Order: sequence, then C-alpha cells, then structure tokens
Amino acid sequence: MSETSVAPETVRHVADLARVDLTEAEVERFADQFSEVLSYFETLDEVPAVESDAELTNVMRPDEEREGLTREEALRNAPETEDGYFKGPRVS
Amino acid sequence: MDYNGYVTEETIEGAEEGPLAGRTVAVKDNLSTAGVRTTCGSAMLAEYVPPYDATVVERVKAAGGRIPGKTNMDEFGMGTTTETSAFGPTDNPAAPGHVPGGSSGGSAAVVAAGDADMALGSDTGGSVRCPAAFCGVVGIKPTYGLVSRYGLVAYANSLEQIGPIAPTVEEAATLLDVIAGPDDRDATTREPPAGDGGSYAEAADGDVEGLEIGVPTELVDGADERVKAVFRDAIVDLEDRGATTSEVSLPSVEHAVEAYYVIAMGEASSNLARFDGVRYGVSGGYEGDWNDAFARAREEGFGEEVKRRVLLGTYALSAGYHDKYYAKAQDARAWVKQDFDAALDEVDVLASPTMPVPPFELGESLEDPLQLYLADANTVPVNLANLPAISVPAGETDGGLPVGLQFVGPAFGERTIVRAGSALA
Repeated sequence: MSETSVAPETVRHVADLARVDLTEAEVERFADQFSEVLSYFETLDEVPAVESDAELTNVMRPDEEREGLTREEALRNAPETEDGYFKGPRVS
Repeated sequence: MDYNGYVTEETIEGAEEGPLAGRTVAVKDNLSTAGVRTTCGSAMLAEYVPPYDATVVERVKAAGGRIPGKTNMDEFGMGTTTETSAFGPTDNPAAPGHVPGGSSGGSAAVVAAGDADMALGSDTGGSVRCPAAFCGVVGIKPTYGLVSRYGLVAYANSLEQIGPIAPTVEEAATLLDVIAGPDDRDATTREPPAGDGGSYAEAADGDVEGLEIGVPTELVDGADERVKAVFRDAIVDLEDRGATTSEVSLPSVEHAVEAYYVIAMGEASSNLARFDGVRYGVSGGYEGDWNDAFARAREEGFGEEVKRRVLLGTYALSAGYHDKYYAKAQDARAWVKQDFDAALDEVDVLASPTMPVPPFELGESLEDPLQLYLADANTVPVNLANLPAISVPAGETDGGLPVGLQFVGPAFGERTIVRAGSALA
C-alpha cells in the first residue's frame, strides 16, 4: 500500500471547501485517519480501465401542474422566517 | 431492558383493511413521515417534522400497516453499528452487549425484540442486511429501481434502496410486495421485467430442489472462522434439500470496499450540502457571512463520522483528485457489475456470509474507521452492481452470536433469492 500523508493544513482546506468548522482536536485526528483511508483508496490504481455501457433511458412525464407544498408547510422547519420568507445570513 | 430501538415512539395508523392489516411496521428515521419528526439520527434534524410522507410510508399505510414509531440509525445512514446516532447507541436484543449492526440497527432490533412485526430500513452499502444478520432476522436489499426513494433523506443516491426487515422470509417478502413498484416521484424506479408471476411472498415456498448456488471464494476466505463454520453448515443444509453448489470467483470484489467508499462519500458530500441551517436544521446564527454561518451550523449539527465522510468525499472530488479516486472507483464499479453478471449467467444465486464477522461488542469498533469500513466487504459489492440480495439467519456461533447468510440474485430476481432464503428461514 502506498503512503499518502495528509497534513493538518489539507484537512483545514477541505473543511473550508465543505463549509464545516472543525475543532483543532478534530483536525489532528482527521489528518491521521485520512492518511490511512486515502492510502487504502489508492489501491484503486490496480483497477483496469473497464468498458461499460450504462443502461440508461430518460424517463419523462407529462408536464402538468400538481399540488406542491404550501408556503406555511415549506417554512415550518426553518429556524427563522420573516414576512413569509426564509431568513438567512448575509451573502457577502 | 431498554435497548433504545426507537428515536420517536408515536403511532401512525394505517387503513383498516389490506395485506398488512393488524400488523405493525416500524420505519427507519430517515424515511419521511408527515407530521412525525424524522431525525436521520442527527442532531441537525432533531426537530425536523416532514410536511409529507415518503412513498413507502404511504404504501404501508394504504396496505393497513400501523407504524409504531421511527427507529434509531447511524447518523444519516453512515455506519455499521448504529453507534453514530446522536440519540445514543442501540443494543442488540438477540445478543445483548453487542451492536445491532447498522445503519438500520433500530429497525432490526425492534423486530428481533418482537416490538414490531416488521420494519423498513434503507441499504446503501449493507445497511439492511448487516443489522438483519447481527440481530438474527431477515432483511432484503431490492434491485436498484424496484422501490421508490421519494421521501428518503438521501445519502448516496446511486447506491441506495429501501428494503424490508422481518422475522421470516415470507413476511419480509410480504412487505416487499407492498412497497415495490414504479413511482412517478422517483424517476429511477421502473416496472420489473415480466417474471415468473405471482407475489414475492408466494415465492417463499422453501423449494430449492435443483437450485444452482455459486459460492464466491473471495467473500468466504477472509471471514472469521466462527462465521465460516455456521455458513458451511447452512450450505450443507441447502445441499441436503436438493440444491447444488459450486465455487465461483469474483476477482473484482477485492476493490469493492474502496470503490464503494469513494462513491458513497462523494455523493454524501454533495447531498449533505442541503443542510445549511436556513430551511431546516440547526441554525448557524447571523454573525459573519453566509459561509461562516453555514460552517458553524454544520460543526454543531453533524457528528464526527458524518464530518469525516463529507470531508473525504469533498477531498476525493476536489480539483486534481477526481481522476485518481472517483473515476477509478467508477471503473471498479463497472468491473464488479460485470463480474456478478457473468457469475449469475452460470448459477442461479450467489451465497456468502452476510458479514465476515459476528456482531462487535458495543463500543469496540469506533476508534478505527478504516477497520469498520472493511467489515462491509461482503455487502457493498451488491450495491455497486445494483443487484438484489437477502440476508437470512444461518445459525449462531458457539458463543451464541447470530450469523447471517446472504443470497445475491440477478437484477429483478427477487423471487429467486426469496425462494432460496425461505429454505433457511
């Protein structure tokens, strides 16, 4: 098994991409665990290229109106709403 | 004993008549139930109450089934032991002090304890079959496309199916009859090709005379000796009833676990992006910008295994790594599928231990994620190949731990695996 070493900075970078804050303890632990798991994933290098025909067909339905959620139902689980809208943090 | 099988005990009544009338069907807590909270075993969704029913829930109710509650599970289905639930671990009623398997551990546990007649789980890489095996009950993972996932909170869409858990094969097949079939709300469902007719339950006749069973050496050789002993006895039992067995080889399965985890984590990293703390879930507050609040909500709402998988999936799909991991994993998946299809051209079903090990003791396995992932070696290839499989109780180890036997059939060959399984349970 080849060795992949994952630095704590890499874990922080990926956590940033995924929008997940981590504690320092989690960063340290994940760096070790990711090194082990990614080294294992690298055995995929031994897999030959495989020709495959995906058996896929598009599925269509008539474009007809149907009932959806009411505004009240859609907002019911939101932590905060304002004037019938979801309330979120500022975008920039 | 409180084994913590349910996250929420709240009865949902079904229709007065139907094939499930008078029976209780527990539902895994990642299946949406209108008006009854659906947590996915996560603090993120501790207060989430769906405004609609999953298609399978609608069908169970219409068939007369009464739902006694929502069952505990690994957070978002990510685990093999039901210990990653934010609502605490579930004990194994069939082997107290041991894990019930996962991720549908609560569903298998309530059936094993007799607290529900049957249950629904979901199986992304073995999450119905593993707990069925560990709790000494029956679990079916249907062919990809047989059962609608509308209303299932998604983990890895290209792999997962909803499946039944019950004490016997006939009862599991009865529940499969109720939930199977196309749904215009899940475009991946389709009408099964015309089979040998009849219901799945009718196929549970125990007749294995002339059935050709292939035993993949790769899925047996690495198993624990205690598991192998029970498996071999079950195979002899099947031969005594007129089945023939032969060894087959599936070289591709050596790479199935890594392919599965790359694909599942990649899909999870995308699916779980919806949990932003705005439309539902834990709010990240209003300090800083959207990204800061989003990251705080997910720090607070997600448990460690979920963070681990979201991050590993993000890594494997990030610039520069996609070809190295994800593209190779898709090659491995195609190879696994070809291998299984070729083997199932030669024999009727494939048989192996469902899990290569007996149930772990509670708390024993959480420290080393990779070792736990490797325990899924026998179940994940089936999801990669989109095939149906059933886990049936094969017996117990000398120490009294349940062992499951898995039959894998060709696509939409549910009747064949039901028939084979019904010879044992």
